[in-house]
Amino acid sequence: MPLKSVVLVKQVPDTKNITGEAMTPEGTINRAALPTVFNPEDLNALEMALQVRDSEGGEVVVITMGPPSAAEILRDSLFRGADRVILLSDRRFAGADTLATSYALACAIKTVGGVDLVFAGRQAIDGDTAQVGPQTAEKLGIPQITYAEAIEELSGSSIVVRRALDRGIERVKCSLPCLLTVVATANSPRPASVRRRIQYKRASTAFERKALLEAWPAFGTEEALVAHLKERKLEIPVWSAQDIGAEEGKLGLAGSPTQVYKINFVVLEGSESKEIQPTRAGIKSLVDELVEEYIIG
Amino acid sequence: MSDSKDVWVFVEQEGGRIADVSLELVSKGRELADRLGSELWALLLGEGVEGLARLVVETGADRVLLAEHRELRLYRTLPYARTLTGLVKEREPYILLFGATAVGRDLGPRVASSVRSGLTADCTDLQIGDFESKKDGVLYKDLLMQIRPAFGGNLIATIVNPRHRPQMATVREGVMRTRSPESARAGTIERVSVFLEPGDLALEVLSRELRESTVHLKDATTIVSGGAGVGSKEGFEIVRELAGVLGGELGASRAAVDSGLVGKEHQVGQTGTTVRPRLYIAAGISGSIQHRAGMSESNKIIAINTDPEAPIFQIAQYKIVGDYAEVIPLMISALREKAK
Repeated sequence: MPLKSVVLVKQVPDTKNITGEAMTPEGTINRAALPTVFNPEDLNALEMALQVRDSEGGEVVVITMGPPSAAEILRDSLFRGADRVILLSDRRFAGADTLATSYALACAIKTVGGVDLVFAGRQAIDGDTAQVGPQTAEKLGIPQITYAEAIEELSGSSIVVRRALDRGIERVKCSLPCLLTVVATANSPRPASVRRRIQYKRASTAFERKALLEAWPAFGTEEALVAHLKERKLEIPVWSAQDIGAEEGKLGLAGSPTQVYKINFVVLEGSESKEIQPTRAGIKSLVDELVEEYIIG
Repeated sequence: MSDSKDVWVFVEQEGGRIADVSLELVSKGRELADRLGSELWALLLGEGVEGLARLVVETGADRVLLAEHRELRLYRTLPYARTLTGLVKEREPYILLFGATAVGRDLGPRVASSVRSGLTADCTDLQIGDFESKKDGVLYKDLLMQIRPAFGGNLIATIVNPRHRPQMATVREGVMRTRSPESARAGTIERVSVFLEPGDLALEVLSRELRESTVHLKDATTIVSGGAGVGSKEGFEIVRELAGVLGGELGASRAAVDSGLVGKEHQVGQTGTTVRPRLYIAAGISGSIQHRAGMSESNKIIAINTDPEAPIFQIAQYKIVGDYAEVIPLMISALREKAK
């Protein structure tokens, strides 16, 4: 039976290479200063949704909330097989903590309408909070299945999921609609297909129109370009707070209960250190010392 | 907003046993409540779990709210969230803490969203302090300072929740110390009613298989860890052998786990297990912040690395600049010699 799925994805800074300039004096993240990637576990969520569509039919809609540059991961989603993508972008979304983010995402999912399954990565590598999935489910008033590893059975009205616990696994059955957060061990995300990469190369948002027109002057006018993009389904819609019927007070910084008080670099103090030579004699004296001090033995 | 300054801790239990992190939180919660001059309450949900309440009191709680119901026997998000949300709305605690376990990280956000308050994930420290908000210019006294690693462990952020109650946080296992139970401690056990709605039972647990972990990093007295510098699975066998000779556990850095050299259950660090052994040997570990934060409180640290500038040496008492593949066999033979 065909099912409609929404996948929530996030463009994140590559947290492996961080410098001090990544943080603003207000303690928020200066995303412009960092290279970005598709949040890894969101790719596992997308893969799980695509597998559902491939076996059951239906549609996969990918949504991200972020700055105009987040269109990059929406194109990547199209390359990998998503049916349509939506960018939530509005200054009023900025500075959101997990509560305000999940409120906006829930409003967008309601705007899409008729959704059977919502997928999200377990957590994003910039915040590592794992909160947006459960909070979006709560805002939608639907059950959540966190740490999902595999869908074992699926019908039009219920789903059986295997989920990872701290020490073991659990199989649960849940009615639809529901929200799943997906872990990295669930699957190997499919790569972008060459055919789709060509097909969706010019998929773009209104933010990108000028640049596209410059790169593609043959179209002459913006109107002609837009008509072309629409006809080929290459227009990525951008939804604002108004488009999703969100209350302004619940969005962005204003709608966020948590505030960053301060940010510190980590300094770990060590004690006096003693250099040991990597020789037989050096190591022997180290072992003797540890035994004498009752550290070992 | 109520004037209550009470601190609440969600006590996680499974199969008649309280999770370690919950007792760690009761211990920390006691400290916070003393600092605030308020009470520490614990929330114990389940079926047939009354017998566990006494240990919670002995560890530091003034009151245990005991919610027992057939549908609360195994943890499920919605019945637990419904019960907690009802109690929070009715009694308005100042602070509400969860362990950052699979359960706490599933339940905490659901409850926070439902009561519309802020939640900080994976805290490694909690303090009470004042906060002057730049947003509204108000000085907030005695807030919960929620301290957590941010940005893949590169930074430490202090988060506050000035205007919403309760102030909520999940806290990592192993970073707070558990108080010894005092058998004479007095506390109240209050049974509370459980009201569920049909929709709360939308999810059914078909089966649950728990595996007892064979790795016990948290309580190990000796840990020998390998990092990306170990380079291969064969290399890890050398590290494992030293751990065996010392009667210790095998640990690893995130880099080694991520590159598939060793299982995740061996990971030491902010995103793995926090450890405090008597002896910690780090082989081929450069010592990223996120790793050091999980082991820097070890009593003695021996670091082996070919790079004399590796950050791990900053916190090591014994510095060995050399190749682990040569140094470790020398250690093993010296130890075997000594044992004779």
